[in-house]
Amino acid sequence: MNDMSPIAVQTTLKDWETDQEVRWCPGCGDYAILKAVQRTLPEIGADPAKTVFVSGIGCSSRFPYYVESYGFHTIHGRAPAFATGIKLANPELDVWLVTGDGDGMSIGGNHTMHLLRRNLNCQVLLFNNEIYGLTKGQYSPTSRLGTPSPSSPIGSVDRPAQPCAFALGSGARFVARGFDVSKELPNVLKAAHAHKGAAFVEIFQNCIVYNKDVFEDFAAPKGAEASQLWLKHGEPMLFGNQKTGPIRGIALNRDHLHLEVVDVPDGDWQAAGVIVHDVKNRAIAHMLVEMPFGEFPMALGVLYDDPRPTFEEELLGQDAKANAGKAPDLHKLLAKGQTWTVTEGGPDL
Amino acid sequence: MATILADSDSAAAPRDSAVPEAVVVRFAGDSGDGMQLTGGQFTLSTALAGNDLATFPDFPAEIRAPQGTLFGVSAFQINFGSTDITTAGDQPDVLVAMNPAALKTNVGALKVGGLIIADTGEFTKRNLEKAKYEVSPIDDGSLAKWDLLAFDISALTLESVKPFGLGNKEALRCKNMWTLGLALWMFERDRQPIVDWLNDKFKKNPVLAEANIAALNAGHAYGETAELAGPLKKLHLEPVASEPGLYRTVTGAEAVSYGLVAGAQLAGLPMFFGGYPITPASAILHNLVKMKEFGVTTFQAEDEIAAVCAAIGASYAGQLGVTSSSGPGIALKGEAIGLGIMTELPLVIVNSQRGGPSTGLPTKTEQSDLYQAVYGRNGDAPLPVVAARSPADAFECAIEACRIAVTYMTPVMLLTDGYIANAAEPWKVPDPAKFAPFPVEFLRDRNGPDDTLLPFKRDDRGVRPWIKAGTPGLMHRIGGIEKAIDTGNIDYSPLAHQTQTDARRAKVDGVAESIPDQDVCLGNSSGKLAVVGWGSTFGPIHQAVRRMRAKGYDVSHVHVRHIWPLPANLGPLLKGFDKILVPEMNTGQFKTVLRDQFLVDAKPLAKTSGQPFTIAEIQDAIASFFDGVPNNEGGEVDADDTQLPSIKAVNP
Repeated sequence: MNDMSPIAVQTTLKDWETDQEVRWCPGCGDYAILKAVQRTLPEIGADPAKTVFVSGIGCSSRFPYYVESYGFHTIHGRAPAFATGIKLANPELDVWLVTGDGDGMSIGGNHTMHLLRRNLNCQVLLFNNEIYGLTKGQYSPTSRLGTPSPSSPIGSVDRPAQPCAFALGSGARFVARGFDVSKELPNVLKAAHAHKGAAFVEIFQNCIVYNKDVFEDFAAPKGAEASQLWLKHGEPMLFGNQKTGPIRGIALNRDHLHLEVVDVPDGDWQAAGVIVHDVKNRAIAHMLVEMPFGEFPMALGVLYDDPRPTFEEELLGQDAKANAGKAPDLHKLLAKGQTWTVTEGGPDL
Repeated sequence: MATILADSDSAAAPRDSAVPEAVVVRFAGDSGDGMQLTGGQFTLSTALAGNDLATFPDFPAEIRAPQGTLFGVSAFQINFGSTDITTAGDQPDVLVAMNPAALKTNVGALKVGGLIIADTGEFTKRNLEKAKYEVSPIDDGSLAKWDLLAFDISALTLESVKPFGLGNKEALRCKNMWTLGLALWMFERDRQPIVDWLNDKFKKNPVLAEANIAALNAGHAYGETAELAGPLKKLHLEPVASEPGLYRTVTGAEAVSYGLVAGAQLAGLPMFFGGYPITPASAILHNLVKMKEFGVTTFQAEDEIAAVCAAIGASYAGQLGVTSSSGPGIALKGEAIGLGIMTELPLVIVNSQRGGPSTGLPTKTEQSDLYQAVYGRNGDAPLPVVAARSPADAFECAIEACRIAVTYMTPVMLLTDGYIANAAEPWKVPDPAKFAPFPVEFLRDRNGPDDTLLPFKRDDRGVRPWIKAGTPGLMHRIGGIEKAIDTGNIDYSPLAHQTQTDARRAKVDGVAESIPDQDVCLGNSSGKLAVVGWGSTFGPIHQAVRRMRAKGYDVSHVHVRHIWPLPANLGPLLKGFDKILVPEMNTGQFKTVLRDQFLVDAKPLAKTSGQPFTIAEIQDAIASFFDGVPNNEGGEVDADDTQLPSIKAVNP
């Protein structure tokens, strides 16, 4: 979030739309994410002049052109580095980074890692469609094993990366998940913005052309309650709907230190051993992001949120402290060290 | 005594003649012997004595090469005297060899009749074996053509620091100060500045300061005694007559750092420096972290790419973005530099060149990144290139790079090299008030009709406005995709690409209008032969042309700072000469640019051994244009065994 942002500014969704024609494929999940962001920005009182969207390369990275704020469409995978320069140059700017699974996990994995471990105060939105869209459908670092694609006609053999696990492993202090058409997405974005520091949000996004409906197992409205675990701080980890099926929950197997799904008869989640979500519990967060879907529901919402000082505070704060009381004097700087004077008559020794 | 004359081609002076004009001293020892420190302090004392000087530090790429080995030898050469000094000197007059390996790798370079000072304490059986000597050269007469002063510096040092109760290893570390003391005596130097420096350096450990000072004094005292016994002789070199003013010594890395700070100040901007450690460029990052009160933010990035990207990001947010590296790192930055060109944001890129390709010669010097600087990006991606000729010149060049970057909204490449970065020379401390400021004006209001914003509206020089992210009402989007005229909106259309390609090129070409005409730094502005150089070849070219002119040859020296765009008058200037010779520490890159731009028959003189040119090599090449022999002009200079880095050291 942007503590240093001045007074909240009054805007509407319309104020965040540009005059540029949106060029994603009809039906692309990016439209829904764009709307969710444009809906969120007025609600958090964001100022278009102090807001910067930075992106790399890929379908998702066209995003800045469609948001009426400052925007920088940079080069493949490097958006985190540009964001770092922007934020260090002007910490008042509210920086949103838009990247994809190829941009942020593959070519830019290194920069994503370092931005997260440094804890630059910004929001990182990683649109994960598990495919390379802009280059016409090759498998990506998050594609599931066996994904057929133009570059893997009989199925990919690379094991997929898990963005949220990567983020936690890199030292991220905020990790959340959502998906393109989810009504909850603006709330996730708001929480990301409210977090001071690097806020990592994985957004599952449907690529209608090259990887259609790959998230339908949990994103489809039908059966959503049984397949989605929306995490809320202080609340038990429950999912399911009494009308259509059983209520179940997530419990911690303390003997073998893993999570498991338990039935919750008669709503007595305590008796069933269901755990209460604590956004500051890093160990549980690691387990939540690793839960295999199918056996488990998809963990969504804010999985982890435990702020610590930001990179720009630390770096610029250290500079300010070191500079305190020093008057910059260029002449003195240039004449540093041992000097000698030469006079008209030769050197003055 | 040593025959001490810098001008090797002047008549041999009588052996006990009076004062020489200039002297070349080379300190050589094991990497752990502190030779660079000794050289550095001797340089300081030389500067304080008012002599002009140039230095050449040479050290192994390995951090801790095995002790006593040929490839572990570290050397420092200094050329100083009472005349203008522009090179580190061709052949040394004095060699200080701290062990057999140092002697073996360097003695071949010593002038006949020169003086060897050797530490016999290190000429043990083991060290001789490591240096691949079967018999000690001190005893077998193989050093007969030089004056040899061999004595046990190790034992003398141990003796001198005895009262301080140091361990044997620590005590021996004072050897370099003992040697420095002797050198100070030889050239009648004041010890006090070194004493002050030692007291400061070891202020947390006064015993070490005392011990080092004692060793320094002992070495100095030894000179008095040895004079009676042998070839050692006290020499006094008259101070050089230089322009009045305040002086100090400066290395290229320091000068670049100061120039960048001064440039940002002249632009009225804070500076953002993104860097990643790489030899020999890291010194700039190390310097700038100590200058943060001048509005400098430094960022040690995760890699070269992140370093340049962060700098471009900072420029987008209104600071002067700067990044620095050496060839391999510049290669990694290429795509981002292209984005800087495409989005037309200011950026200064410093390339401290080293030998390439790939990892190449990390600690040796070369000028082989000129093509990379001028042409090395995808697409038609022109950017201005400025090259420094010496450590002191690097200051002005850095300011010039900043000026071009902010006044033309473009990335600018500043070329130095490993030699310039590490070498020191006396520098007349400039008065910052004398540089013309070039204050930046960011766009404040919408600049298009009907209250619209046109981020890519060009002025009469083809320059777009700089819009600082965060400015109210000026929100806009930029990126690497081709853009429409004025609005900068995405536009792939044929007309947009052609127009913008032409506009980017015309803008960079137009920089030539803001740079001074090319001058002739020595000789006539037309005639038989022009020797055209750029970068750190300035010293040897200048001396070679001076000497050949003194012999009556019609030869001039032209040294180019603005590599791209070239000065507007350079073409006509070169056409006023019958022949053109371009000495370069590469296979002929600038030669190609000159041929391409002006259709002139420039001949290359290539040197690719990682060693700077000697004066004699360039003199020979000049002579080849006047000897009437057809087709022998220019060519390639072979690796030189008399020069640093020593061939034997690299390939024992």
